[in-house]
Amino acid sequence: MSELTRLTIAEAREKLAARAFSALELTDAYLAAIDAANGKLNAYVAVTHDKARSMAKASDARLAKGDGGALEGIPLGIKDLFATQDVHTQAASHILDGFRPRYESTVTANLWADGAVMLGKLNMDEFAMGSSNETSYYGPVINPWRAAGSNADLVPGGSSGGSAAAVSAFLCAGATATDTGGSIRQPAAFTGTVGIKPTYGRCSRWGTVAFASSLDQAGPIARDVRDAAILLKSMASVDARDTTSVDLPVPDYEAAIGQSIKGMRIGIPKEYRMDGMPDEIEALWQKGIEWMRDAGAEIVDISLPHTKYALPAYYIVAPAEASSNLARYDGVRYGLRVPGKDIADMYEQTRAAGFGREVKRRIMIGTYVLSAGYYDAYYLKAQKVRTLIKRDFEQVFDQGVDAILTPATPSAAFGIADQDMASDPVKMYLNDIFTVTVNMAGLPGIAVPAGLDAKGLPLGLQLIGKPFEEETLFRTAHVIEQAAGRFEPAKWW
Amino acid sequence: MSVDIDTVKRVAHLARIAVDDADAQRMTGELNAILGFVEQLDEVDVAGVEPMTSVIPMEMKKRADAVTDGDKAADVVANAPASEDNFFVVPKVVE
Repeated sequence: MSELTRLTIAEAREKLAARAFSALELTDAYLAAIDAANGKLNAYVAVTHDKARSMAKASDARLAKGDGGALEGIPLGIKDLFATQDVHTQAASHILDGFRPRYESTVTANLWADGAVMLGKLNMDEFAMGSSNETSYYGPVINPWRAAGSNADLVPGGSSGGSAAAVSAFLCAGATATDTGGSIRQPAAFTGTVGIKPTYGRCSRWGTVAFASSLDQAGPIARDVRDAAILLKSMASVDARDTTSVDLPVPDYEAAIGQSIKGMRIGIPKEYRMDGMPDEIEALWQKGIEWMRDAGAEIVDISLPHTKYALPAYYIVAPAEASSNLARYDGVRYGLRVPGKDIADMYEQTRAAGFGREVKRRIMIGTYVLSAGYYDAYYLKAQKVRTLIKRDFEQVFDQGVDAILTPATPSAAFGIADQDMASDPVKMYLNDIFTVTVNMAGLPGIAVPAGLDAKGLPLGLQLIGKPFEEETLFRTAHVIEQAAGRFEPAKWW
Repeated sequence: MSVDIDTVKRVAHLARIAVDDADAQRMTGELNAILGFVEQLDEVDVAGVEPMTSVIPMEMKKRADAVTDGDKAADVVANAPASEDNFFVVPKVVE
């Protein structure tokens, strides 16, 4: 592993500005690391060697003139969900075979405008539907972490499994990701990385392949809290092309890091203490509470009574919106076409061949709950339950709570092809039990590594904030990072 | 609420996904597991509750009713599996 790839974004930024090495050298170090590792980890579905090197050369020219941007020369991986002009964009699905968009997503355009370099497109669950990165058409991503003394392959979590694995294995300096029910925070927790889902409306959804439009939100996965703050500052913007983009200036998130949390009120929700939760998760949560208290925060017991209804409501809202969004893949405008005896048969054969099992399952659920006579009983009811979930949070924030501390996931990373999960889709869905409430209410949430379990696998804590108060999350997450330290996998790949 | 295999086949047709009997049989079990899981929502009293529409109170943005983009026919069909003279080509729809 090259020393250059071990630098954080903040460190690389400083050294690039001081011309200690060139952007091209940094990019080449990452490309070499990817070429050596990707056969084993499968984190990238496309590596853009030529584009990366030409972007790095352009960065070097700007750095030489002293007018580098905020991310000048920083090599990033991009989740395959973001449209990147003339570059592989398939949401890791067979149905988008060969799709090369003629336009760029707002989030990635913001990163390139700040000087970042694209290394390639990252593997993910197909259409971001999954919690283990096993639903990808390109095969599963392998977690760089292994249990102590074991060589069994583990999942990196999902849906942003490629993003989390690539950051954790030093195959990019940072990565874009998206989170509809936990798809940034759960893989971050499984790989010892930091992931933040900002408030709904903070990052533009324009040019991001849609899964569930009222829940989807982009955010970064990074090696530490500072890097996550640097990346989010560039990714976020106000965008006229996304009507749900909120008209608020993007703050300097990095400035929040290192600020004291003395006097802050941190809420501990009793409903997140689930039956059958492993003792290790409970112990980790207690440790987090102690760290907050030691840093001068006041710990408050709170109640979010509708927590248990978030996941069932999600499994109505998300499939319903997905069934509508994915109607566009019909073999006419892009991607795969399978011939049929007439046009309707062509649609049906194309979609049967092009979508994987999990995607079909969710389209079916969504079609059913939106079909004639069921809309009120399912979708409308679920949207009302969302109001109640959001109200729970509002009442807690109104009582003076600044942020809420919870576990990020109910367990550490599990094995590839786990039999329990494969036989019961609901079991896989329970991975998102602590993260999904945040999407339902539209709030910001950050997952930060907090320790290792008895097998030596990373575990994360989650902090939940008020709308558009991501700065509070960076401040509090940094306190946990300072106390817990940072975690990296032993290299075997 | 639960679904039977005929309902699954009808929904698959609505969703334009071809399924054979074995697919439909498997999906019936999976869909019923998920519908059973979401049944918990029956416990929640939502009388008088408005459906959620936004995270913070905000007006729906509206753009001016003006042409801001266009003349990109070649870009629009660039990824089509079949196209001719900037039109999408599909199997015959009308006799």
